[in-house]
Amino acid sequence: MGSAGFLRVIGIGHRDRADDAVGRLLADRLRERAPPGVEVVDTDGEAARLLDLIAGVDHVVIVDAALSGAGPGTIRRFDAVARPLPRTAFAASTHAIGLADAIELARALDQLPAHCIVYAIEGSSFELGQPLSPAVATAIDETIALVLDEVRVTAV
Amino acid sequence: MARKTIKVDYLARVEGEGALTVVVRDGKVRETQLRIFEPPRFFEAFLRGRAYTEAPDITARICGICPVAYQMSSVNAMEDAFGVTVDGPLRELRRLIYCGEWIESHTLHIYMLHAPDFLGYEGAIDLARDHPDIVKRGLALKKTGNALMTLTGGREVHPINVRVGGFYKAPRKRDLVAMADEVKRARDMALETVRWTAGFDFPDGERDYEFVALTHPHEYPFNEGRIVSNKGLDISVRDYNDHFVESHVAHSHALHAHIRQRGAYLVGPLARFALSFEKLSPLAREVATEAGIAPVCRNPYQSIVVRAVEVLYSCDEALRIIENYEEPDRPFVPVEPRAAIGHGASEAPRGMLYHRYRLDDDGTILEAQIVPPTSQNQPSVEEDLKVLIDGWLDLPDDELRHRCEQTVRNYDPCISCATHFLDLRIDRG
Repeated sequence: MGSAGFLRVIGIGHRDRADDAVGRLLADRLRERAPPGVEVVDTDGEAARLLDLIAGVDHVVIVDAALSGAGPGTIRRFDAVARPLPRTAFAASTHAIGLADAIELARALDQLPAHCIVYAIEGSSFELGQPLSPAVATAIDETIALVLDEVRVTAV
Repeated sequence: MARKTIKVDYLARVEGEGALTVVVRDGKVRETQLRIFEPPRFFEAFLRGRAYTEAPDITARICGICPVAYQMSSVNAMEDAFGVTVDGPLRELRRLIYCGEWIESHTLHIYMLHAPDFLGYEGAIDLARDHPDIVKRGLALKKTGNALMTLTGGREVHPINVRVGGFYKAPRKRDLVAMADEVKRARDMALETVRWTAGFDFPDGERDYEFVALTHPHEYPFNEGRIVSNKGLDISVRDYNDHFVESHVAHSHALHAHIRQRGAYLVGPLARFALSFEKLSPLAREVATEAGIAPVCRNPYQSIVVRAVEVLYSCDEALRIIENYEEPDRPFVPVEPRAAIGHGASEAPRGMLYHRYRLDDDGTILEAQIVPPTSQNQPSVEEDLKVLIDGWLDLPDDELRHRCEQTVRNYDPCISCATHFLDLRIDRG
């Protein structure tokens, strides 16, 4: 799983499912620009693996695609320590237990980091073999900037 | 009985997405329909025109829970086509990576998805609040499975180290030996898991299944064997399409598989256990006997115990491989492509996974066929529901719905290999 860092950015998604790939594509691009002390990982969103990535660091920033009815490319920020994620917003997971469950499992097991921020990028297509939709592709740069701000604030 | 339709938007704790409809008329279950969408169909098309060397990596992307199974069935098929035999330490390493996948996948299903059904919890989170130590045990056990997959596969989610003919890089003996203690601890946890699940209260539900699994003269099956059933089938993997047929049914995007002229059959833990019980490790046999499920278990609800026994066996088998491992001279057998048809099967955690490829003389894939275990088990799931649910129709809707969900979950249907959201409807007329 890579070495445990003080701060970890986790991109979640499925690379073959159109906008569902957004978390992982963001991680690919952020990896080159991440400041020292920040570990960037990407994963498929299965809860037990996610739990491993969430636990054991002080601060995590998670980026995932969402499907909530908002406009494609809409970026939303959630503080998962303050309250559970709205489950319906993360309906894109193809796993039996996904991101919202992984966070609640971490909370139940007392393994939730002190800071756990989730960025959700609204997708429009989750079809196998389809490309990223333009609005979501555009949202990647904006989200990277937001995540880097988040990281800088925390690092200070 | 009141005339009404019950609709549920989402069937929880099933990998992926799908839909289930139960049609009730005059107090009898008339029809059960499991509808799933199948990514393998997409991948079959995607594979056409690709090089044979790409098949392990492309098919591994079909499922995040059982990538190894897809890789192994694809390399088995390619090696069959090109007349390549992989043996010695490389063959052992393929068993080892499969041990990792069974431990990971089975443990996820046992602890996170299936156990809550028997203990009266909504899901793993509620279970974790009341019994954190049990859930932590499951997570630790699953992690050992991940570690075994990473050791041999290079990466745990989509192992990248597997290739036709063997591996890109073989692990060092010292790296394997370094894992032995962790696997021993995992074996202890697996033993506790068998005893824990054996104590659950199981609904009655014995069924006379036709069990189908790979069967090998000396081994509990992973990668090699003939396709055998308890009702007389005994064929080479190459003859799969002569004996099994996939057909479109109106209600599902998935193909349903049947044995020709016979009908539904069952693949997966119950089938392997029934057909190869005597090839389990002594400890796994002993514990299964103590759990009261040996040598044949026909109650699908007890599949959770059989999975736990297979996790225990996988730990034992991993330890055997680690202890006996000798580093191979080279990590793969050379492969010369030729125009041919290749067939491959292996035992995914959920059951037999069959691949067939037609290849050009330079190894280009002209045609691919992938039959995942979940679509093979679909007719059995529907029959289970039809037979078992008749006795429960007097239950309140909520409980009936829960029984239906639990019955589907018995199969650990890997609907991420197979489908989208599972939507459950009970139509009472």
